[in-house]
Amino acid sequence: MNFFSLGLARGIGAQIIGTAIGVAFMSIWRAALGMPVNEMEPAAVFGGAVGALAFMFGVGALTDWTRIAFGHAVAEHPAADPSQPTWARYFGVSLDHKVIGIQYGITSVLLLCLAGLFALIFRAELVETGLQFLSPDLYNTLMSLHGIVMIAAILTGVGAMSNYLVPLMIGASDMAFPRLNAFAFWVNIPGALLLLSSLFLGGFDTGWTGYPPLSARAPLGMQFFFMGVYIVGLSSILGGLNIIVTVLTMRAPGMTLFRMPIFVWAAFATALIQLTATQLIGLSFMMVMFQRLFGMGFFDPAKGGNVILFQHLFWFYSHPAVYVFILPGLGIISELLPVFARKPLFGYKWIALSSLAIALIGFFVWAHHMFTSGMEEYLRVPFMYSTLLVAVPTGVKFFSWIGTLWQGKISTPTPMLFVLGGIVVFLLGGLSGPPNGTVATDLQLHDTYWIVGHFHDTMFGGFVFPFFAAIYYWFPKMTGRRMNETLGKLHFYLMTPAFFVMTLGQMFVGLQGMRRRIADYDPAQGLSPTHLVVTVAAFLIATSVLVFLFNLVHSVKSGEVAAGNLWASRSPEWQIPSPAPEHNYAGRPFVVVGEPYDYGLPGAVYLQMGDAATPLPPGHAAAPAE
Amino acid sequence: MTISSNPLTAAQQKLVNNRLGLWLFILSDAFMFGGILVARIYLLGETRPHLEQTTGFIITAILLVSSFFMNRAETSIAFGDRRGFLISTALTLLLGLGFLIGVVGFEWRITPFGPGDGAPGAIFYLMTGMHAFHVLTGVIFLAVILRNGLMGHYSADEHWAVEACANYWHFVDIVWQFFYPALYLVGVAVALP
Repeated sequence: MNFFSLGLARGIGAQIIGTAIGVAFMSIWRAALGMPVNEMEPAAVFGGAVGALAFMFGVGALTDWTRIAFGHAVAEHPAADPSQPTWARYFGVSLDHKVIGIQYGITSVLLLCLAGLFALIFRAELVETGLQFLSPDLYNTLMSLHGIVMIAAILTGVGAMSNYLVPLMIGASDMAFPRLNAFAFWVNIPGALLLLSSLFLGGFDTGWTGYPPLSARAPLGMQFFFMGVYIVGLSSILGGLNIIVTVLTMRAPGMTLFRMPIFVWAAFATALIQLTATQLIGLSFMMVMFQRLFGMGFFDPAKGGNVILFQHLFWFYSHPAVYVFILPGLGIISELLPVFARKPLFGYKWIALSSLAIALIGFFVWAHHMFTSGMEEYLRVPFMYSTLLVAVPTGVKFFSWIGTLWQGKISTPTPMLFVLGGIVVFLLGGLSGPPNGTVATDLQLHDTYWIVGHFHDTMFGGFVFPFFAAIYYWFPKMTGRRMNETLGKLHFYLMTPAFFVMTLGQMFVGLQGMRRRIADYDPAQGLSPTHLVVTVAAFLIATSVLVFLFNLVHSVKSGEVAAGNLWASRSPEWQIPSPAPEHNYAGRPFVVVGEPYDYGLPGAVYLQMGDAATPLPPGHAAAPAE
Repeated sequence: MTISSNPLTAAQQKLVNNRLGLWLFILSDAFMFGGILVARIYLLGETRPHLEQTTGFIITAILLVSSFFMNRAETSIAFGDRRGFLISTALTLLLGLGFLIGVVGFEWRITPFGPGDGAPGAIFYLMTGMHAFHVLTGVIFLAVILRNGLMGHYSADEHWAVEACANYWHFVDIVWQFFYPALYLVGVAVALP
């Protein structure tokens, strides 16, 4: 087979050519208009944008839409090309939500490793005071890229879980908009490439928040950071839209909203935030881009602009974004606990609605990031109250998890270990949050390493641990094989203690006066020993992830075969063979006749699978699609 | 073909999905425009840039009238009147182009300040520019349905593309009904230095 038959190869080729054409075009255009040619920024930005568009054409994500625009018919559910080897399907445009989910997952794991690598480099620099091997600029760029690439990784990880699981869990044959789904995945690739290219274009030194006025005069890499985030954000918006429509219109017969698997609720609440709030980070970044390109003075006090406006627009997304990162993970915890405790999920409706409540309250808390910014002082107390209010629905989740575990028949295979680890880590993240949300204490804690410790807790507890749990748990559904238990447990028992050491160490140096985001610190503070411990812990986490990666790659080919309902789950996706067949429930539709989580209750039925032998109950006759 | 357990036919299901999807897209886009409006209020408060009122009034009127013909186009095709649909779509497209020329060709040229001239300049060009960009995409959408309409692709039963174009066009029009007063009417006009 030909190398360029892979969509990814065509896309990257097109992106390179498109970028070159864009740069050349804009340079010539500017020269023709008599503008200064030595100023590269407009040409580079235009080239970057053209390159990203060229990628989407090259990979083939726009082919069907172009055909539709010219009035041609396109196949609704095209079958996979049989001449292609199976692995090649993952490197090109596929409309199958399971393929797209796995594509998201692989991208996420790769980006996680890359961003982790950045962290290891600058953590090593922090072991001693003074600068040993990084220049301050490179330190700043690596630190900023660690943040934003992690965010891209988490967003693609969220996309992986939502895309793979939601249609399977609600009994749909695919997402509502398969082409939009493919587009939303593939646009991440040029976005990530733009983000990473900033490393070679002078970098940027603002951290992932990109605050002006610093971002208004940072090197060229800043613009590529903005463009990359803008494009990844577009993916988030379109992905969220797809999930909402899928959940609302494509559920199996009998599956009322309160009979959906609980993860679907979490994905739905997440999608609401993604759909709406993401626009605001796009707008704020676009405004800085325009300020740099056209001299528009939005955030330039000399021109009557105001930098606080940027922070309002930026945090209106970027705080709810935290809930985009954690809600799916919390959904995974609620989903898996009943399976491994063999008990009904405690307070299903409360859990379902608490996800929505977190999402909604999340829209009204953003200014707690700005207590020290110089914004209007009267905003402080209302935002403190709204922030602390988030603890209520989050507390509902914790009580439900305890209620589910209470007197359960708990077994602890690897996925359950990560679920339990996630709960404890997220508890630590939750408890270290209110001091930051309270004005009086936040004035002391703002921009210290304490904050770094706090949000690594929430990200690990809310995303990383549940994401690993999800991979171990649904790996058999994706591949028909299970991952190695011994290696999985090694991964868990190496990562968890190391993580606690790392995060508690971060909080400790923060309370001792260590500022976040800086390359160097005063030897008189005596922080070096703790920094050494934190760095060693970070390397231990990296080692555990290597174990995970080995396990992942090894198990795809030679894991133990697990084709059936491995975890004795009641959820629909486990009632069909593994790996899940191409059109999910085609030929074996089901109706929902009971409650989803009645584990351990004798005679409780959730699903009634229909096939030739056991027809569906009257009123639920399967209608043939066209 | 695949068997679905859904009581709707595949075509019905698709239409339901498409409609909901478009409304969600509009909701999402509205947040972006809302953010721009917030920026305008935050930076300019009770002042507004001094603008040419006549041009503003004329382009607003053009856009409002275009929405009328957009509605005629959609209603015509829904009742199977292909000729009426084509005429109304062409008129909408022309009026849309007229709006674009009015904003970018006239208003931007006669305005005595540029995007780099203070916060009012920045806000004026951001609001009119982002809106004009959306009008441009709407005009392209109109050109697509006009072409496909001429090829005879739409009927009274199947014209989702026309419906989508109409809803999008009305949305872009409504956005301008917020932006026009925010730029031209409310507050005290101040001339830029």
